[in-house]
Amino acid sequence: MSAADTVVRARQSLPARIAARLGGGAVRVFLILVGLLWLMPTAGLLLSSLRDKSDIAASGWWTVFTRPSQLTLDSYGNLFANDKVTHSLLTTALITVPATVLVILVGALAGYAFAWLEFPGRDWWFMVVVGLLVVPVQVALIPVAKLFSALGIFESTVGVVLFHTAFGLPFAIFLLRNFFAEIPRELLEAARLDGAGEIRLFTRVVLPLGGPAIASLGIFQFLWVWNDMLVALIFADSGNPPVTVALQQQVRQFGDNVDVLASGAFLSMVVPLAVFFAFQRQFVSGVMAGAVK
Amino acid sequence: MSSVTPGAAAPSGALPPPSVTPRRAPGVLRTRPLVAACFLLPALALLGALVVYPIGYSLYRSFFDSSGNGFVGLDNYQEVFTDHRIRTALRNNVIWVVVAPTVATALGLVFAVLTERVRWGTAFKLVVFMPMAISMLAAGIIFRLVYEQNPDRGVANAVWVGIHDTFAAPAPYPGARPRPSGGLADGGGGAFTTTAPVRAGSAVALPLVAVKPEDVAHAKEALPARDVAGKVTGTAWMDFTRGGGGTPGKIDAGEKALAGLRVEAVKDGRTVASTTTAADGTFTLPAAADGALLRLPAANFATAYNGVDWLGPTLVTPSIIGAYIWMWAGFAMVLIAAGLASVPRELLEAARVDGANEWQVFRRVTVPLLAPVLAVVVVTLMINVLKIFDLVYIIAPGSSLDNANVLALQLYQSSFGTDVNQGVGSAIAVFLLLLVLPVVVVNVRRIRRERGERR
Repeated sequence: MSAADTVVRARQSLPARIAARLGGGAVRVFLILVGLLWLMPTAGLLLSSLRDKSDIAASGWWTVFTRPSQLTLDSYGNLFANDKVTHSLLTTALITVPATVLVILVGALAGYAFAWLEFPGRDWWFMVVVGLLVVPVQVALIPVAKLFSALGIFESTVGVVLFHTAFGLPFAIFLLRNFFAEIPRELLEAARLDGAGEIRLFTRVVLPLGGPAIASLGIFQFLWVWNDMLVALIFADSGNPPVTVALQQQVRQFGDNVDVLASGAFLSMVVPLAVFFAFQRQFVSGVMAGAVK
Repeated sequence: MSSVTPGAAAPSGALPPPSVTPRRAPGVLRTRPLVAACFLLPALALLGALVVYPIGYSLYRSFFDSSGNGFVGLDNYQEVFTDHRIRTALRNNVIWVVVAPTVATALGLVFAVLTERVRWGTAFKLVVFMPMAISMLAAGIIFRLVYEQNPDRGVANAVWVGIHDTFAAPAPYPGARPRPSGGLADGGGGAFTTTAPVRAGSAVALPLVAVKPEDVAHAKEALPARDVAGKVTGTAWMDFTRGGGGTPGKIDAGEKALAGLRVEAVKDGRTVASTTTAADGTFTLPAAADGALLRLPAANFATAYNGVDWLGPTLVTPSIIGAYIWMWAGFAMVLIAAGLASVPRELLEAARVDGANEWQVFRRVTVPLLAPVLAVVVVTLMINVLKIFDLVYIIAPGSSLDNANVLALQLYQSSFGTDVNQGVGSAIAVFLLLLVLPVVVVNVRRIRRERGERR
């Protein structure tokens, strides 16, 4: 590429080269402006959360650059003093972790079966799973609410976890089956010849080799469930809701609750952002594999 | 599509088939169907009970009335297409599905191509991609703050008003009006006109009141204009003495001059001369103004431009789409960048050597090569947008929630919210499912083809 570059450069006239140089500068300026534009909304939330409610009502967050003295942690203090939001973060974790573990476990079992076990109609069943990839959760809201009521788990953490697991499964099975299918056959046969049973084969060979795909799936599902509001709005216990619903309950009086909303929203973003920055690569491959979801 | 491939494993196609049995023939791993059933049972039970059964139930339920007992045939579907609130939702969904994926993909394409040219492209991508990691609720709260109507608080209007005032200077004295019986009267349209024609050589008094204190904070004291033969002169001032006292209509000591005020001389509806008051409030017009009426145009007193009502009834949907694009342009960018990385560089270089400029290379080579990736991105975003709920529910204020309505929001309202009719809710659910059905077919076909090739 660099060799070809030099050739092209050499053939360009001086004005063309100046134009290219200016063009490069314009690209840089454009990208910097876009980058700032993209950062600004989040920066606005962060700075708003670090200001007093009366300051928020009186002026914009950008005034902190001229009057840094208004920065305060009061909103966060209020947030922690009233344990509603902290408690809701705990509920979110109690929903997200099981829903992530379950989808990996159940999905890996099924993915392994679809990749390596023999049973009648295997391909047909797999097509059904692929077909379910894009089913909108909205289709299940009314029926599952009825079902959960009958089972006594409507408005409970268990219900939310089961719902998220079920709707995460098509993608989990799809991703893991395709990954497991690439495991060299010889590895599995060698383990089998060593006398490994089905369970051993699954836990000792398939799961460890599936690490990268499981990581992608885990990150994806974790963020999906952590960030969900709709499912929790319907199926979670409204007296002990996850953080998205706890904040949503305050949105209708936006002006009155702006301090709690800004700091609460930022707090709710800390975990997903940490996960995102720590596992960017896995997240990106999960997003790319799930582009159809 | 999947970039997830086991590091150690060779592509399965490259492996020689085992000597006796064909690949994956029954019995090589010697598993019984019963074992397979055990592995599949948890997944199939969950999918069956919470995904497949609900599809059937929703279909069934959509043919019954709100109580669930009376069969109503297709009435619920008819209501979906006739009820005005749901029609608004349908119309908005069409706008969403057309605009949001297109703009997000176009931006993603531009960003992906441009980031290849700078060394810090990865940092840029990280910034643009980051909003994908946060919840729509958080994004909603973020954009509630951005779209705040008051330009002193909402950054969107702060910027907008700033741009507006750069090109159209703000009025110097918003809200000011003439002193009653001070010789000025309402001239229509917010302007003020003298009640009698002015004469050259005799200074005119233009007393105004209700000027905002901050607008005259740095103003000089007003001075009476001198009488100049052959010219129309006068003074515009704030006819109000702080602390009381002073004579109405007279320039008392300490009364502030109104500088920068536009004064027009009008004869028979035509402006024959115009000027702007000086720092001491005085103005001078040429002899042409003799016998004319003086007019202070409305632009002097217009109330300050207050920006755009982003979340008002007309703009609420485009505004929320803006928030969505902020969240999802990064998704398009990352997928397109991955596609771009697999475009053969030689093709681009060859085009450049042949004399194509950058735009032609982009338009004629890059975009056609990326077409399959662009299609996947657009379709994925369309499916995603079809189900949009959280952003609308959070960003739209109660007063314009109905104007911002979308199908998924209406489904929620019809099922659990303000106007419950689960028959209609189910009909909307089935309708949403029908809309994604073509994608199901395409997916299944694609997988089947890929597996066919592998055999």
